[in-house]
Amino acid sequence: MSDLHTSPSGESHGSVSSYIIGFVLAVILTAASFGLVMSHSLSPSGTLTGLAVLAFIQVLVHLHYFLHMGSGSEQRWNNMCFFFTVGFVVILLIGTMFIMNNTALHMMSR
Amino acid sequence: MAHDTTVQTAGHDEHHHESPVVFGFWVYLMTDCIIFGSLFAVFAVLHNQVNGGPSGRDLFEYSGLAQETALLLISSITYGFGMIAAHKNEVNKVIMWLGVTFLLGLGFVGLELNEFAHMIHEGNGPDRSAFLSSFFTLVSTHGLHVTCGLIWLVTLIVQLMGTTEIPERMMNKLTCLSLFWHFLDIVWICVFTYVYLASMI
Repeated sequence: MSDLHTSPSGESHGSVSSYIIGFVLAVILTAASFGLVMSHSLSPSGTLTGLAVLAFIQVLVHLHYFLHMGSGSEQRWNNMCFFFTVGFVVILLIGTMFIMNNTALHMMSR
Repeated sequence: MAHDTTVQTAGHDEHHHESPVVFGFWVYLMTDCIIFGSLFAVFAVLHNQVNGGPSGRDLFEYSGLAQETALLLISSITYGFGMIAAHKNEVNKVIMWLGVTFLLGLGFVGLELNEFAHMIHEGNGPDRSAFLSSFFTLVSTHGLHVTCGLIWLVTLIVQLMGTTEIPERMMNKLTCLSLFWHFLDIVWICVFTYVYLASMI
């Protein structure tokens, strides 16, 4: 964390080097996603899993290096909001896909 | 980082605690996150319902997608440099970086509108199938957010012009837009992964 210097208040903002590290990581992960799909080297389900993993890591990179999320005490409320929202969205996504898939099966629409 | 810290101490005296404005904006972003989550859920349900029309594989192209992604990614780091300049109270540099960010964002919106116009011209508009309805809703909601970000960028550039220092109020505005801009980049990661690339496997 030495590249993210924190003000006495606990509020952190990036330095040039932390932005560049984040940017390079993001470019590598994006290029890897494109390469994975364009090379057709894995099975379709394997490619999808790979994409999901790369996207997840890239979201974490952006949250850390660009949005400066951290575990500081000043950021507690931000983090609580964030984790509540993530939980909410996960339930929304998985629940919707489960219910709609189940409905489609019972209605024999596919 | 020693030289950075010394230069920035002057700016730090003004905000000893995180501004409630920035926290409030963070809460707004979280609600925005739920909107995008809902639209992704709709897309996840409908992406196979092509109604005999084209699927993502027939419509999407690597080159346009790569260009859009590159523009948005580079605009993220240029805004970051703008924020660093703002913490150092270098108003002219802030204006310059915000201007660069604006041009990159404008390029992104231009490419996206071009892509949409091309698809609609070929008869693959949002009225073609449930898949395309959900695609246009999700991607254009993101595009609309970027457009709002562009208007906000111009507003801040105009407000910064002619000033020599950045007061706390302006710093809050810049920080909020920084959160907004980087948040839109995160949404775009999910769009290019799950909407575009996942359809092109």
